[in-house]
Amino acid sequence: MLITYSSLSRIGVTAAITAASLFGMSAHATDITGAGSSFVYPVLSKWSAAYAEKTGNKLNYQSVGSGAGVAQIKEGTIDFGATDAPLKAEDLQKFGLGQFPVVVGGIVPVVNIAGVDAGKIKLDGATLADIFLGKINNWNDPKIAALNAGLSLPAGKITVVHRSDGSGTSFNFTNYLSKVSPEWAEKVKFGTAVEWPTGVGGKGNEGVSQYVKQIKGSIGYVEYAYAVKNKITWVDLKNAAGQFVSPNADAFAAAAATADWASAKDFNLIMTNAPGAKAWPITATTWVVMYKKPKNAEHTKVTFEFFKWALENGQKDAAALDYVALPDALTQKIEAYWAKEYAH
Amino acid sequence: MQADQGANALAIAQEQRALKDANHDLLFSWLLKACALLVLACLLGAAGATLWGGRHAFGAFGWHFLGSDAWDPGNDIYGALVPVYGTIATSLIALLIAVPVSFGIALYLSEVAPPWLRTPVASAIELLAGIPSIIYGMWGLFVFAPFFADHIKPWLTDHLGNPPPVQVPWGDGVIPFTPWAVEHVSVIGPVAHLLHKLTWAFGQLFTSDSPFGASILTAGIVLAVMIIPFISSVMREVFQTVPTRLKESAYALGSSTWEVSWDIVLPYTRSAVVGGVFLGLGRALGETMAVTFVLGNAMSLSPSLLDPGASIASTIANQFSEAAGLQKSSLMALAFLLFVVTFFVLLIARLMLRRLALKEGR
Repeated sequence: MLITYSSLSRIGVTAAITAASLFGMSAHATDITGAGSSFVYPVLSKWSAAYAEKTGNKLNYQSVGSGAGVAQIKEGTIDFGATDAPLKAEDLQKFGLGQFPVVVGGIVPVVNIAGVDAGKIKLDGATLADIFLGKINNWNDPKIAALNAGLSLPAGKITVVHRSDGSGTSFNFTNYLSKVSPEWAEKVKFGTAVEWPTGVGGKGNEGVSQYVKQIKGSIGYVEYAYAVKNKITWVDLKNAAGQFVSPNADAFAAAAATADWASAKDFNLIMTNAPGAKAWPITATTWVVMYKKPKNAEHTKVTFEFFKWALENGQKDAAALDYVALPDALTQKIEAYWAKEYAH
Repeated sequence: MQADQGANALAIAQEQRALKDANHDLLFSWLLKACALLVLACLLGAAGATLWGGRHAFGAFGWHFLGSDAWDPGNDIYGALVPVYGTIATSLIALLIAVPVSFGIALYLSEVAPPWLRTPVASAIELLAGIPSIIYGMWGLFVFAPFFADHIKPWLTDHLGNPPPVQVPWGDGVIPFTPWAVEHVSVIGPVAHLLHKLTWAFGQLFTSDSPFGASILTAGIVLAVMIIPFISSVMREVFQTVPTRLKESAYALGSSTWEVSWDIVLPYTRSAVVGGVFLGLGRALGETMAVTFVLGNAMSLSPSLLDPGASIASTIANQFSEAAGLQKSSLMALAFLLFVVTFFVLLIARLMLRRLALKEGR
């Protein structure tokens, strides 16, 4: 018995020493945690790797979906949440939260039509909505032909491919359709998941890309990076200013720059259908949600430092992943928002 | 005196031993009971938790939740009909394919195959049972669905599906008629009419104008591939338990291999075989990832097996992470319905088994 006790206590001492040394090590760096949007996950992980190298502070981000991220920040179990849909003013007020955008990305309609290359086919918002409503169901429809003078489109059934999972990509895409089509706004509305009038659902950007590549005559929508990576034919869209634009970093940046942030309280603005002449109409952002009164001062401080660093220095990393960093004017607005709304 | 003492000590020792044994037995029976109760507690807990989570949905829609084919997060209206139908349809298709194939595999391995082949093939099947479902899903999405769309689906729609209908007035209504029926409309009587309606309904199962491979039938076939290893390895194990003298006697009486299999092996092992089928069915009903990839995830009810659909598990997997409020509650309610569906399917199967046993007794 004696032996057992002494060996037990020895184990206890060893454990205490190990724990002490572990905590001692981590006292130098603060690990912050965030959760939410999967849209922002690739760029956040790239930023956090670069930031950890520089400062030793690590970011642990769980890509669990915007809904779960918002739920977790409301419970206060994480340092920040990330969501593809902005929170409403009442919600923010009720929980004492503030929010700001961090990065911009584009969502592009992609098609699979024999003989049509990327950027060769043009659509406008109303036509796109009619296709996704199932009202236009053949590629030789006169409405499509009218937008594409000189392009011979084969007769063929249009198959709509949409996301089967709830996602920020769907949220922004359906938000755009609601803005350009009264019928869509009335019947389907917008959200992370909607009742799609027609078509087949693929899981994730991968699933939609795969279906569009497989199905002849299909049209879907994916994040810009997926269209580039999978070499799928994208569509040029007519924006709010009446110009046809191709999806690229400049067009996304133009949308972010021309969106009406000045009148949006707490950056509560979905920037689809932005007014700029060069703006890509389905441009999206992700909001970071944090408590205005820090629950953990140390963590909150590091979180702010991280996002400040990311907004000011993360452009190159973002561009490498086909995201677009926020325009400088917007970054300044966010820093002013921090100074005003957050108690440091 | 000494002998007496020795006997006494022995008796005491024996008594102590018996007491100890009794204690151990009691402890052991408690342990076993705890194991069994743990499962029951898990089951009741999960069913209760999903029912509690789904209370808002049941409260808001009532019985209508079961019969409605709407799933409209935009307007916050939800119904379970499409996913429940998809779950049952895909699982039934999977069983229809998997049971005969598994029976064949098991019979071949236990009765027909040369001994040197049996072990490697049996191990290969068990290996198949261990493949994660996401792998089947990927295979289904990247390999099988395109193949299905290019080769199997066109054949099915051409040979089994209905041609575009011709509307013909009949009685007090208008019914869709195949061109064949229109040609012979003068000769078909009421019986032929009924027959025609039935074949038309059957044809609807294979009528589809969508060009893609994701469908209820695709999901059923992928599920079949997934559950074949389960069913066939159980069948093979139990077929091996059939006493050789029974089989040899039948062979001696001049039975063919088929007769021995059907009349001796199967009746001898029937309840275990049904158990194996249930195991596969249980997996098919609850399968999530693989189905999500090949089912097409369309929240619409279609009579065709070649159109996309949705299953309970795939709907939950798709929407849970981004759902809130009534949508989340409806997903929980769906989870509870999966319990109910599974329970009823197993109940029906048990009843069928009991009837079989009664018939055997006669």
